[in-house]
Amino acid sequence: MADARTEILNRIRAAKVAPAGPTPRDYRRTGEGGVELFAERVADYRAIVHAVSDVPAKLRELLVGKRIVAPAGLPADWLVDGVEWLTEPLSTEDLDQADGVLTNCAAAIADTGTIVLDAGAGQGRRALTLLPDYHVCVVRTDQVAASVPEALERLDPLRPLTFISGPSATSDIELNRVEGVHGPRTLEVLIT
Amino acid sequence: MARNPVTWLGSPTFPNAARTALADTQLRQNLRKATGTIRARRASAVAEMPDWEALRLSGEAIKNDVLSRLEVLLPQLEEAVTARGGTVHWARDAEEANAIVLRLCRENDATEVVKVKSMATAEIGLNEALEEGGVHAIETDLAELIVQLGDDRPSHILVPAIHRNRSEIREIFQRRMGISVSDEPADLAEAARLYLRQKFLTTKVAVSGANFAVADTGSIVVLESEGNGRMCLTLPDTLITVMGIEKLVPTWQDLEVFLQLLPRSSTAERMNPYTSVWTGVTPGDGPQQFHLILLDNGRTASLKDTVGRQALRCIRCSACLNVCPVYERTGGQSYGSVYPGPIGAILTPQLVGDMHDKQAASLPYASSLCGACFEVCPVRIDIPSVLTHLRAEAVTAKGRSPESVAMAAAAWMFRDAKRYERAQKLGALARLLARNGKITSLPWPGSKWTSSRDVPAPPAESFREWWRKNRG
Ligand code: SF4
Repeated sequence: MADARTEILNRIRAAKVAPAGPTPRDYRRTGEGGVELFAERVADYRAIVHAVSDVPAKLRELLVGKRIVAPAGLPADWLVDGVEWLTEPLSTEDLDQADGVLTNCAAAIADTGTIVLDAGAGQGRRALTLLPDYHVCVVRTDQVAASVPEALERLDPLRPLTFISGPSATSDIELNRVEGVHGPRTLEVLIT
Repeated sequence: MARNPVTWLGSPTFPNAARTALADTQLRQNLRKATGTIRARRASAVAEMPDWEALRLSGEAIKNDVLSRLEVLLPQLEEAVTARGGTVHWARDAEEANAIVLRLCRENDATEVVKVKSMATAEIGLNEALEEGGVHAIETDLAELIVQLGDDRPSHILVPAIHRNRSEIREIFQRRMGISVSDEPADLAEAARLYLRQKFLTTKVAVSGANFAVADTGSIVVLESEGNGRMCLTLPDTLITVMGIEKLVPTWQDLEVFLQLLPRSSTAERMNPYTSVWTGVTPGDGPQQFHLILLDNGRTASLKDTVGRQALRCIRCSACLNVCPVYERTGGQSYGSVYPGPIGAILTPQLVGDMHDKQAASLPYASSLCGACFEVCPVRIDIPSVLTHLRAEAVTAKGRSPESVAMAAAAWMFRDAKRYERAQKLGALARLLARNGKITSLPWPGSKWTSSRDVPAPPAESFREWWRKNRG
């Protein structure tokens, strides 16, 4: 008997599906929305949004007295005094017991109010932004793409990507949206 | 060959199961409330998109392209995943896929695995197969957990516990978790969080499905809401992903279409809270062992059917369930399969692949052919046409019997007219049999799901318009 791979490919060949025509792409690939729309749509998910000019000052206001995970590669002036910064190596337990995590992002999407992390500098491996119950994410205005297609163009699919649209949520009980299940229950977005 | 576990062993035929379901007023209330809510929300999420129809046309075309090039795209995906440190397995059927997962669990000394909700693993009956092999699978999606703890069966693709209301969920949690909790959704979600937290932090093997796999990069994509997916995809040492061979998209760019179509069609959101994308293994981040199982289990048989194969475009959004008048009345479990509703009525019989199977052969009749499913389907699957086609097949398989003559008459009527006219004919038929404005009996197939006695008779307009007005 042939192995599974050979047999499945043989079955596919035997099905003789005729080639499909060219794919129409008449949808909008670009959008008009900017930072304002992004802020509005992030807030729609019940995330907290601030427009800030002085990031360190805002971080001081939000984070002093807390134990916050700081991935490698954050700007030095974000690591403000009065915060207990937790840096790698961090165990799962360390992350579970942290008060929160501070990151930047790889891109953001105005149309959908989404931020995207790619585990790059200032974001760290994926677990860092998953286990702490509170996530502060700083988005630069030039990182906001208007549409989903424009955002995907900016991203490298070979990196581990996490698209985040609001805090974790569920609609599993009578289809009511409830914020806060397993991922961070509070998402605070700083736009600068 | 072993039976395909896509249908539940011993399930009654659809008409018989539906009759029981129709008597359950609690179930019908729960369903009406839930589907009514989601229909309205989906409509507004879609109305926000001026290019929705263009996106649907692209989604349809991309999936048709995939189905015509699986022979090239699957090996391309395999190569890309392998190049990035993943291992690709192929499984002809459920049994073969389950055996691979069990073997991988044993190789990793795992007696417990955490699972992200996945239709493919439900289809192959993975949890039961693992249990038999001594491995306990923990469902981590809230609705799946409700089903699992309630020793229940799923009734919806996206929200498997849609048939349960909050007080029923509270009762299940109190009984199975040994806790005291209110029936507030927020409190119930918190109870699930606490219950599963330790499992996420300590379990070494996770099992997931895939919403999409990008052939040219080898990237796998999972959309979810709760973060249980991220937990499973990130924390364990080993990740096993089971996906149907049709889940491909050719290129990274193609995802831009589906990341717009799927969230709005399923949860009616602009974007679901979390979407994870990973490609093979990333050193120092996430599972360091990644296994991808490519599952056939009846898909290549469907591929041969020029009309039926469009069911393989399905992205499992569940929009067709939420608009279906038959689904709303009978609930998901009447379909006797992990795939209920309109998509289940066309996909399940094809995956079973045997129209002599009475239960599977009854599923194409679980529809009034009103056409609402086609209208909402993000990849434009013409479900009514496939239903009609499969009815004809069911009739052919059965040969001539009194039942088959009735079926053939129905199939002939449905086949002969355009969709809208068909729906009108059904409405006209219903009116003939109505007494005092209520339909009390309909000939097969209608009798089986209108026997609840409280279905108002369609007025002298199409069923479709009637449904539009009455669905609220
Ligand atoms: S058939 Fe279409 S509407 Fe139904 S679940 Fe599949 S993609 Fe969604």
